[in-house]
Amino acid sequence: MSLLEVENLRVTFATEAGPVEAVRGVSFRLDRERLGIVGESGSGKTMTGRSVLRLIRPPGRIEADRMAFGGVDLMRISEREMRALRGRRIAMVMQDPKFSLNPVMRVGAQLTEGLRLRDGMSAREARAKALEALEAVQIRDPERVLDAYPHELSGGMGQRVMIAMMLIPEPDLLIADEPTSALDVTVQAEVLRILDALVRERGMGLMFISHDLNLVARFCDRVLVMYRGRIVEEIEAQRLSQATHPYTQGLLGCLPKIGGARGPLPTLARDAAWSE
Amino acid sequence: MTDTASLPRRNGSAPALRLAKRVAGLALTLAATFLGLLAITFVIGRVIPIDPVLAVLGERATAEQYEAAREAMGLNQPLWVQFGLYVRDALSGDFGKSLVTAKPVLEDVARVFPATLELATIATIFGVLFGIPAGVIAATRPGSLADQLVRLIGLMGYSMPVFWLGLMGLLVFYGELGWVGGPGRLDTSYEFMYELDVPARTGMILIDTALAGQWEIFANALSHILLPAGVLGYYSMAYISRMTRSFMIDQLGQEYITTARVKGMPEWRVVWVHALRNVMVPLITVIALSYANLLEGSVLTETVFAWPGLGLYITHALFSADMAAVMGGTIVVGTVFILLNMLSDVLYRLIDPRARA
Repeated sequence: MSLLEVENLRVTFATEAGPVEAVRGVSFRLDRERLGIVGESGSGKTMTGRSVLRLIRPPGRIEADRMAFGGVDLMRISEREMRALRGRRIAMVMQDPKFSLNPVMRVGAQLTEGLRLRDGMSAREARAKALEALEAVQIRDPERVLDAYPHELSGGMGQRVMIAMMLIPEPDLLIADEPTSALDVTVQAEVLRILDALVRERGMGLMFISHDLNLVARFCDRVLVMYRGRIVEEIEAQRLSQATHPYTQGLLGCLPKIGGARGPLPTLARDAAWSE
Repeated sequence: MTDTASLPRRNGSAPALRLAKRVAGLALTLAATFLGLLAITFVIGRVIPIDPVLAVLGERATAEQYEAAREAMGLNQPLWVQFGLYVRDALSGDFGKSLVTAKPVLEDVARVFPATLELATIATIFGVLFGIPAGVIAATRPGSLADQLVRLIGLMGYSMPVFWLGLMGLLVFYGELGWVGGPGRLDTSYEFMYELDVPARTGMILIDTALAGQWEIFANALSHILLPAGVLGYYSMAYISRMTRSFMIDQLGQEYITTARVKGMPEWRVVWVHALRNVMVPLITVIALSYANLLEGSVLTETVFAWPGLGLYITHALFSADMAAVMGGTIVVGTVFILLNMLSDVLYRLIDPRARA
């Protein structure tokens, strides 16, 4: 049994112009491995990630034949049971810490609220645990960071805080939705290294959503390529360069190469048949 | 390249010095704004087609009397000297004498303003207590019955004239049901008791009677203030609930809300703690403005309820060309606006850490 099994997932948004399907029948499995999901903007990769947490807001609707996490069908459990899973076993790191941290709450309060509210921990215990978590993401003066507000942190620090916050309950599955897109390239590498180490050490499953093919090829074990709400190709990350699907090949063809031809890069060809 | 990240040290001066600087800056802003307010009232006082000398002396004064009075009032001096005198008088609390009451304007205002302050404060408390929850509930279930209801109540608050609502309120709750007191701040019999037995500390009857332990008078004053405060509070609530709803919808779409949900926080905490704290930042200004509007004195409400407040006072003064009283009242209203703006600025900084930097 895999950690996560998704069968025929659909996400539909009811709009005035009729229903819009963001995800159209996606099936995949995820074990304690690093699974990359790539695709252009609007391909449904973010929606796929958020569906697993059942965090699509109305008018969006999630449907799936089955979406089993650790043998529990997420489509059948109550909101309360889902909330318990969200807090403890499934976590998510989002793109930009500037928006994903609450601007008017101290970092410490945001890090410890889960421990205090859900696990009923005392303030001191929770703080000690938060300090430990900040040290695990290699923040040098965690005491001061706990008392800081999010706007006082740099992007890289904010993302470390975000990762620390999500890993405190030691989840089994971490969904990372473009976790480094908003960061500088040098900071990106550090954040990725931290993420990688933590995922390895703790044996979590990682769903890594990105539009950066090179990054995913280096960082993940397996890659799903999405196009217009469907998975068009599934491939071992190391063999990404030998992808057979024309869309994946097209994406790879658009990447500039150092020392490559100086001419204009090809535009991405799209074929309506791929989305059928 | 380091593998660890650390907070940048705050550069610059020590916290105490920064605070002192900020307070000094605030005081300077306050002084400049107040001077601007005085300049405006001064100019208005000079351009209106009412001769201040004639207004005091009457139409039949002789030319010598006129000149003497003009000189005594400093009106023969150059304009900038006149302004200097005006500022000096204003700073020492001298806004001239009211023609109607023959008392110093400051004394008059000190008498009528507490009535308005009392009314506006209770109305605002009412508006905040009902408006914020109504707005939040509407925002969390857009399109629901609760949302429609809040919208309907708000719309009615915007579109019903205050004098009509006030009269209807008096007719039903005072005339028919007798649940509340009628016009005025007290029943006539209690007015004497209040004058005789209650030391006037603040001029606000509810506070003064409570301090003196005169609970019977307190109860009577409360029964009188409920209806006008309810009417004004209804308008305040309509405004606050609408603004809360739109701020809240905006905040609930933010990414940090998703973060709170990912952490498994229950919905009440997501809305009433995470989002509401962010909603309060812009809402503070809305509440302060709505409060300041009520403190101007609502002429219509004060007329309907025979409430001897600032709005009624200024309106009467205006109709009798009592310019000293009008200008004095205007300065009070302006000062209230300045102070409330400052207060909302301070509160805003308290709530939003980003504004403190």
